[in-house]
Amino acid sequence: MNRARRIGAAVTLALVVAAGLWWAWLSDGMQATPAAGARSVVADLVGKGAYLARAGNCMLCHTRRGGDTYAGGLAIETPFGTVYSSNLTPDRATGIGTWTPVDFWRAMHEGRSKDGRLLYPAFPYTSFTQITQDDADALFAYLRSVPAVTHANRPHALRWPYDSQVALAAWRTLYFEPKAFQPDPAQDAAWNRGAYLVRGLGHCSACHTPRNLLGAVNDSQDLYGGPMPMQNWYAPSLVLSSEAGLGKWRTADIVRLLQTGVSASASVSGPMAEVVLHSTQYLSEPDLQAMAIYLKSLPQVEPAPSTAAAAAGSAASPQGADIYDKNCASCHGDDGQGVPGAYPALAGNRAVLMANTANMVQVVLHGGFSPATKGNPRPFGMPPYKLELDDRAVAAVLTHIRSSWGNQGTAVTELAVVRYRDAAMR
Amino acid sequence: MRLALASGRHRLCVCVLLLVCLLSGRSAMAAPFEDTIAQRVLACTGCHGQDGRAVGDAYFPRIAGKPAGYLFNQLRNFRDGKRAYSLMTGMVALLNDDYLREIAHYFSSLDLPYPAPFAAQLSADTTDMAVTLVTRGDPDRKLAACTACHGAALTGVLPSVPGLLGLPRDYINAQLGAWKSGQRHAAEPDCMAHVARVLTTNEVSAVSAWLFAQPLPANTHAVPIGALARATGVRSACGSAPELRAATP
Repeated sequence: MNRARRIGAAVTLALVVAAGLWWAWLSDGMQATPAAGARSVVADLVGKGAYLARAGNCMLCHTRRGGDTYAGGLAIETPFGTVYSSNLTPDRATGIGTWTPVDFWRAMHEGRSKDGRLLYPAFPYTSFTQITQDDADALFAYLRSVPAVTHANRPHALRWPYDSQVALAAWRTLYFEPKAFQPDPAQDAAWNRGAYLVRGLGHCSACHTPRNLLGAVNDSQDLYGGPMPMQNWYAPSLVLSSEAGLGKWRTADIVRLLQTGVSASASVSGPMAEVVLHSTQYLSEPDLQAMAIYLKSLPQVEPAPSTAAAAAGSAASPQGADIYDKNCASCHGDDGQGVPGAYPALAGNRAVLMANTANMVQVVLHGGFSPATKGNPRPFGMPPYKLELDDRAVAAVLTHIRSSWGNQGTAVTELAVVRYRDAAMR
Repeated sequence: MRLALASGRHRLCVCVLLLVCLLSGRSAMAAPFEDTIAQRVLACTGCHGQDGRAVGDAYFPRIAGKPAGYLFNQLRNFRDGKRAYSLMTGMVALLNDDYLREIAHYFSSLDLPYPAPFAAQLSADTTDMAVTLVTRGDPDRKLAACTACHGAALTGVLPSVPGLLGLPRDYINAQLGAWKSGQRHAAEPDCMAHVARVLTTNEVSAVSAWLFAQPLPANTHAVPIGALARATGVRSACGSAPELRAATP
C-alpha cells in the first residue's frame, strides 16, 4: 500500500514536472501563447504539426523498417556514402529532447543542428528552408508529442572529402541559401498554397529535379525529372508532356492519384508509391487541389521530335511476343489495353514509353502492389519475374511492349536490365 | 563454327516458339477478369503456385490452407523486416494490416489436396534422429518436440502455428538456418529461434529430410488448440502463438 502510494506520488510529481517543462518550453518558444484555452492551443498545434509531418513525409526517412517511429537509423544511400537518419523523438539523450523550437527552426531553415554543425542535404533542408516559422513550430510541437525512444544516432559513413564539415560548407556556399517562401502576388491563394507545399515540405524536387555531380539540384531545371541513382528508379519529369507532365491532366485526376495511388490513366510505383502511402493520402482535398493547380501551371515542355532511329520495332523479337503472351497478356490484355481500375494499360502509357526504362525494368523484375490507401484499400498486384525471366527475356518483353499496339519506344537492351536485378528493398 | 551452330540452334528455337504461339493461339492463357480477392492476389501464385499450393521440391512454401494467424504474422514480418527475403518484402511493403489480414484469410481458407510426398531414401540413423526430435524433443537441451506445438499430426494448430508437412526440404532448412543466424525473427519470446540455435546442422538436415518425406494424414487441417492439451514434455513460450501457453499441460 505504502509502496503503491509512493509510486503514485512519484508519477504525479513526474507529470507535474513534465507539464511545467512543457509549459516553460512552450512559452519560451512562442511568447504570445494565450493563457486561457492553452490546452486546446497545444492540441491544435500538435494536430497541425502531425499533418505537416505527413506533408513532409518525415517518418519515411526517420524510421527504420520495423523500427520505432521517428527513432531514425534508416540507411540512406547516396553517391557520396551512406547517411543515417537521426532520432527525432523527444528522448533527451539520443533524440531532440533538449532542443528548443528555435533550434528546430534553424535545422529546417538553415540546415544546422542544435550544436551548430552543418547538416547533410540528404535531409532536404534545401526545400524545407521555405517553410514558415509557424509551421516549423507546429512540427516541433508534434515531434515533442511522439513517444520518446532511446536510440543513438549512427554516424554517417561518407567517403572523403564528403565527410568533412569544410567540404559541406563549401557545398553550401555554392548551392544553398536560407530562403523564405515568397508568395507570388499575381497568383491566387490556392496556387500559392500549392507552390508552398510542392517546393517546401513536399520536397518534390528532391527526386524530380536533376542533380549535378555534387548532388545539388539544378534550380533552372526544376522538376525536369531525373534518375535516382542509389534507389535505381527514375523520377519522371513533371513538366515534360511525354513523361509525367501534368499540364493536360484534369485537376481531379491529379488529386486522385496523390490521394489513392491510382487514377484513370496512371498508378504510382517505387519511391512515389511510398510518398502516396505515407504522405499525400493524408493531405486534405484543398491542399491536394492546390498542389495540382500549381503543378499544372508549370511551363510544360514538349519533347523534341524523336530522332531515335532505333525505334523498338526493329529490335522486336518473336521471343518478346511469346513471353508477353505467356506472362503478361492475362492481366494487361492481348492488345496491352489493361483492365481499368486493376491493371494499367501498356498501350499508349507514358510510363511505359519514357526514354529512361529503369522503372519498367524494376516493375517487371520485382513486381509489387500499388499502395493500400484509404481510397484504394485492396490494390491489385503484379508478380515479380526476377526468378523466372533472365535479363535477355526481360529486355525482349519490354522491347515488345514498347513497340506494339502503336507504341513507339526505343528498344531495351540486356545491359539496361542487369543493373537493376539486385536492387533490393531498403 | 560454334557461333554458327549456336545461332542455328537459336533460329530453331525461335521457329519452335513461333509454331507453339501459332498453334496455341494468343489468349490461350488468359482467364476472364473477375474482381475477386483471388484476382487481386494472383501475383502471389507466381511463386507460391496455383491457388497458393506450391508443389514439388521448388523452394517456395505452400500457403494454401495454412492457419490465417500464421500467414498474417509472416506477411507482417516480411513488411516490417523481421523476415528477410527482399522479393517478399517488396511485395508487401505498401500494404496495411487490414489488407494483409484479408490476404491471409483468403489463402488460409483454400482447402486443396496435397501432392504425394517425394520418395526419399533416409538412412535408419537419420530416421531415428528425426523421429526422436520430432516426437520427443530433447529435454536435456530444453528442446521441445515439434509435435508439442505443431500438433501430433504436424498439420499445425489454430490459429497461429503452421503445419510442417508438404513443405520443400530446402525451405525448411533455410528457415531454421535463418532463425539460427538471426535473419528470421518472430514475436518475442521467439521459441523457434531457441529451437534453431540448439539444433545441430546434422539434426536440422535430418528433420527437414524426414518432414519432407512424410505423407500427409487423412485430415490435413490444422487442429484446434484443445487437441494439444494432452501433449507432454517441454514447450517453450512462443510470442507468435501465446495461446499455446494456456494449453501447456
